[in-house]
Amino acid sequence: MTTLADADVSTSRPPIKRRRSKLRLRNTLTGWSFILPNFLGFGLLTLVPVIALFYISLTNWNVFGTANFIGFQNFTRLIGDGSFRVAFVNTLYYSALHIPLTFIVALGLALLLNQKFRGVAFFRTAAFFPYITSIVAIALVWNLLFSPDYGPINAGLRFLGITEPPGWLTSTEWAMPAVVIISTWRDMGYYMILFLAGLQTVPRELHEAARMDGANVFQRFWNVTLPALRPTTFFVTVMLTINSFKIFDLILVLTDGGPGQATLVISQFIFRKGFEENQFGYASAASVVLFLLCIVVTVAQFFVNKRRSI
Amino acid sequence: MTDLLVPADAQHQLPKLTEPAPRPTRQRPLSALGILGRIIGYAVLIIAAAGLLVPFFWMISSSLKSPNEVFSIPLQWLPEVFVWENYVEIWTQSNILTWIRNTLLLSVVVTFLQVLTGSFAAYGFARMRFPGRDVLFLLYIATIAVPWQSYMIPQFILLSNLQVTNTLWSIILLQAFGAFGVFLMKQYYETIPEELSEAARIDGLSEYGIWRRIMLPLSVPALASLALLTIVNTWNDFLGPLIYLRDPDLWTIQLGLRNFVSSLYDTNYALLFAGLTISVVPIAIIFLLGQRYFVEGIATSGLKG
Repeated sequence: MTTLADADVSTSRPPIKRRRSKLRLRNTLTGWSFILPNFLGFGLLTLVPVIALFYISLTNWNVFGTANFIGFQNFTRLIGDGSFRVAFVNTLYYSALHIPLTFIVALGLALLLNQKFRGVAFFRTAAFFPYITSIVAIALVWNLLFSPDYGPINAGLRFLGITEPPGWLTSTEWAMPAVVIISTWRDMGYYMILFLAGLQTVPRELHEAARMDGANVFQRFWNVTLPALRPTTFFVTVMLTINSFKIFDLILVLTDGGPGQATLVISQFIFRKGFEENQFGYASAASVVLFLLCIVVTVAQFFVNKRRSI
Repeated sequence: MTDLLVPADAQHQLPKLTEPAPRPTRQRPLSALGILGRIIGYAVLIIAAAGLLVPFFWMISSSLKSPNEVFSIPLQWLPEVFVWENYVEIWTQSNILTWIRNTLLLSVVVTFLQVLTGSFAAYGFARMRFPGRDVLFLLYIATIAVPWQSYMIPQFILLSNLQVTNTLWSIILLQAFGAFGVFLMKQYYETIPEELSEAARIDGLSEYGIWRRIMLPLSVPALASLALLTIVNTWNDFLGPLIYLRDPDLWTIQLGLRNFVSSLYDTNYALLFAGLTISVVPIAIIFLLGQRYFVEGIATSGLKG
């Protein structure tokens, strides 16, 4: 091995150089050959559509495939579109409830389940199980659990003395909170795993030292655990935000945006305009809004995180 | 099951998250406050676990009820008579066999392609040095912040032009080339010491040979994580099939069950619950058997969907 390396490094005569550049070319080709099979699919099915999205959003592409360039007309139409505004506000409303709730519940669970005690494995499994269950099963089962007259949830509330429990998914007021409860129930196991992984990296010596200094549980959490957990909390926040903005399949099966437009979200607006009304251009404009929303918030969170960690 | 998901030592790094850690550490005598805290902790956890598992319990118990028992008042947690026939009837009243066959086919093909192309590309990203590599990888990472819902329209137009909509191919193309597999495998490959492949290179093994004979065998845990996550993802996928599969003969289990609800004439929800239970059980079994790999896959990559 040493002789080979020596020959490569110590000599600098032109023939070797040429041979080396040939070697580099071969290396590049080999490298690309590894990536190509995946990249063909990835490029065709992800990169190309993402780029095409911006063009299509500037056309009036419809079901007949005739696409005329119409500038920003789709976007001005979006601003004036009442149901898009509802979808936009509903998405933010959902996110404002879902992000903090899931964050706190997942972190709380992770802190509890990071202790050692009998049965911890069972609890971790139980917490994670909803996440790998299909949306369809979750939505259909919860739909009936939340049933205003026959559902176990309202039966429980009546048992507790609440004579007029909410109509949940059938009420415009309570449909979104119900969706948030269900999606938090489903997602918290996933974020709990991320937090648990993060908690393993908190140095135990720091905890011991803080304990020596007389810090109580809450002080230790605030001054030791939380700062050490920052990379995880950042990642969880970014993922939670993106996943909240794009919420769709759960709502589609649960309420289909209803009652009325109470749970209509951006993704569903895109779906309706695109696949039900075949207005591809207009639906793409709404897609661009969703795209920018996710990118802008991600980049902003990235900068806030960077500034805080200096 | 109990040897999995055990709290690991604080010093353990990520990949060892689920390693059993029997720690006979010094027992501090519990103070009164400590005991109280422990009791409250258990109470919170038991309530939480009940909340987490009740929907599953209700699904299974309802699948064994008679049609009008599902919505009885007062509520019945257990069926009076166990109607096992529901599990026979669902096979004749619906096309569930076709749905399961389609879903199985998709899961197997998608997983095979994802694992193969993902680990292959990951080797290129992790072990080869060539111009353009880092930019390309950045592109892969960047797509994580881009929700699929935002480009499903152009993707649909593209696949319509390729004439693959309303075939199972559309779902295969959609699911098999995700950035997730590349990312997960690359993370793992970077933990394998470079010296191993260096030695193999000296022995005259080509890069492909190193991938095939050194990296693949060493990355079995990561391959298992990726395979299991992909299987579950494909099995549970609802939006892809909803958009692309119009022909009822091509429906997957999720799409089929979703449409089964609206086709229930006598709204025999017990049958629906039987179908849902059938659709959840395989995933539950896969999860319980491979729990460690699910958790490790998510913990090391931190990404999914």
